[in-house]
Amino acid sequence: MQPSQPRGKLKVFLGYAAGVGKTYQMLCEAQDLKRKGVDVVIGYFEPHARQDTIARTEGLEMVPRRRVEYRGTEFEEMDTDAILERNPAFCVVDEFPHTNVPGSDRSKRWQDVDVLLDAGINVLTTMNIQHLESLNDHVWQISGVRVRETIPDWVVQQADQVVMVDVPPEALINRLLRGVVYSQEKAKRAMENFFQESTLVALRELALRQTAHEVESRQDSLTAAQAAEQTSPHAGDVPAARVDRILIHVTSEASAVMVIRRGKRVADYLHADCFAVAVQERAKSNSLPAAQREAVERHLNFARNLHIETRLLQGDDVAETLLEFARLNGVTQLFLARPKEGHFATFVRPTLVHRVVEMARDMQVMIIAQRKRC
Amino acid sequence: METRRPTPDELLQQVQAHEESQARGRLKVFLGYSSGVGKSFRMFDEGRRRKERGQDVVIGAMQPKTSDEIAEVIQKLEIVPLRYVEERPVMDVPALIRRHPRVCLVDGLAYDNPAGSPNASRWQDVRDLLAAGISVITTINIQYIAELSERVEQLTGKHVEQTVPRSFLDQADEIVVVDAPPDTAPANSETTAGEDTARARMLSALREIALLLAADVVDHQLEAYLRRNGLSATFGAQERILVCVTPRANARPMIESGRRNADRFHGELIVAYVQQPTLRPEDQAALDAHLAVAHEVNARVEILEGDEAVESILAFAREHGVTQIFVGHSLERGWLRRIRGSHVDRIIRGADGMDVRVFPH
Repeated sequence: MQPSQPRGKLKVFLGYAAGVGKTYQMLCEAQDLKRKGVDVVIGYFEPHARQDTIARTEGLEMVPRRRVEYRGTEFEEMDTDAILERNPAFCVVDEFPHTNVPGSDRSKRWQDVDVLLDAGINVLTTMNIQHLESLNDHVWQISGVRVRETIPDWVVQQADQVVMVDVPPEALINRLLRGVVYSQEKAKRAMENFFQESTLVALRELALRQTAHEVESRQDSLTAAQAAEQTSPHAGDVPAARVDRILIHVTSEASAVMVIRRGKRVADYLHADCFAVAVQERAKSNSLPAAQREAVERHLNFARNLHIETRLLQGDDVAETLLEFARLNGVTQLFLARPKEGHFATFVRPTLVHRVVEMARDMQVMIIAQRKRC
Repeated sequence: METRRPTPDELLQQVQAHEESQARGRLKVFLGYSSGVGKSFRMFDEGRRRKERGQDVVIGAMQPKTSDEIAEVIQKLEIVPLRYVEERPVMDVPALIRRHPRVCLVDGLAYDNPAGSPNASRWQDVRDLLAAGISVITTINIQYIAELSERVEQLTGKHVEQTVPRSFLDQADEIVVVDAPPDTAPANSETTAGEDTARARMLSALREIALLLAADVVDHQLEAYLRRNGLSATFGAQERILVCVTPRANARPMIESGRRNADRFHGELIVAYVQQPTLRPEDQAALDAHLAVAHEVNARVEILEGDEAVESILAFAREHGVTQIFVGHSLERGWLRRIRGSHVDRIIRGADGMDVRVFPH
């Protein structure tokens, strides 16, 4: 592998449920490429016993999967090393959000894909909107399903293209009932969560809006390129003015994860810079239970994995320390978790939200409520 | 899930909608952002699959020239030929109604009929087919949607005369966006790199418009579904920002920020004011100025009624699937006035499942 190898291009086929035809469409494109004489292989393919889809693999070379044993059971994973060895121009990789069996070189399939891209291999892959990290709470609210296999938003943002694979929910439900998507028993279970009509309609809308957002953010770079080509050589260097800077307050509470997701999502849409900050009270820093300290560290780490800049600050007072950091860094919006129900009732001490709102005369304060299932 | 008893008006709407949908044929639209994305193929191919499943499918209208791929599919389908009036194609509606298939395929929804035809445009012909109980599957490009044509023209530089009103698409039972991203390879060797970039940017902008239009139509469907089932709109996929204004609020920055946020999220902006029984003239003037700002930025303006301002705002927000509430917090009245127990505090406490953004002023 040459170090100067240009990175491969990534194309994501985005859907909103199993059975919309992501894999089918991806394979159609692979067949097109092959017909044009492009060297394309299948790196990983999940047949799900769908005949139409299986038929689309005909004539395409498959790199055999790697067998991995874990706790006495044999699993099959994509063989990234074998694909690197084979070094095709294009590689088809189904199920982008997949988590590898413990003991694999990398824990996530998107990390395997990253390795392929680094080696200059172009990749076609599939995913559902449910698996996007920043939408995790929203998806849970809509569907009641807490999706565990997620992909950080920046991974998808780095894709060269995101294509929406669209089909109306009614057609999807029909396919499900005809047994095209799942076996009868699995179909029955599916109908109870993701496949309720209202859930499908809402997920579809989310996927459409997300694809529009992905298209728009790629347009911005095209606009810059166009400006650079047309006018002065420096025109493309000027980034769009960043008006907003967002600061997310990280605590040991479980709600911190939700505030981080929400803050990052808002920051991405507003093209804002984003920080995540936890504050350790000096007086308590020695007496803090290990579990709490670990939770804060875990949450900061979660933020870092989403490409958010993090800080752990020490201070005498949480509200003052947060605001001081915010002022020094030109923050315009401060994101906090809404206090738990019971905490409002205590009139002995004002909550952190109360104190920050009273003191933040120069910035906006965003209070993030726990999403609930209705 | 929270259920809410439908009002008599809503019940009546439901009954009427149900009766109409029983008699009417169903409308399905394949929406494209540019020619050549493959919407016609998708439509004809769906017709073929339905026919193979035993449905009675005919072609009501097609383009004079078709690709080989489409020609192959069309061979398997029955065609009710177009009539030509002054060398312009017209769909033969009377013949289609006599033939009365279950499904009619109509390629190109946006054609204008020649003068003297019963209907001026093809979409009206389709409306007649639907009214006669025939289901229609059709195709359209976003440039032919009346409300979008101006924006599309700015991008493409091409003017179109024939358009279909957006309201007709909102009635579609199903809408499918055919989203094939433009080929990034140069179209031919005669174009320069600059032209390619410009073209890629234009196609990308068109694609975004199509995706957002589809999302809006889907949003209508979601609302209709929730209404039909007596569910309140507590979960939407769309961001809805509610800016609360009072005469004393520093409303302009809040409304402008609301606009910018709503635009970024392609969401909806609502500016609400809770009616108060009497206002001093200077407060009334201030309020009028705020609402003028709201109109200026195209916000939906709502005047709410109710004795209890906080309750009115929260009830409205819940009912309309609001995701963010913007409120102003005045610090002018000095240090003695604490946030606890204030309107802002009560909104934060009551805004279950919604974010609250507090603007100091």
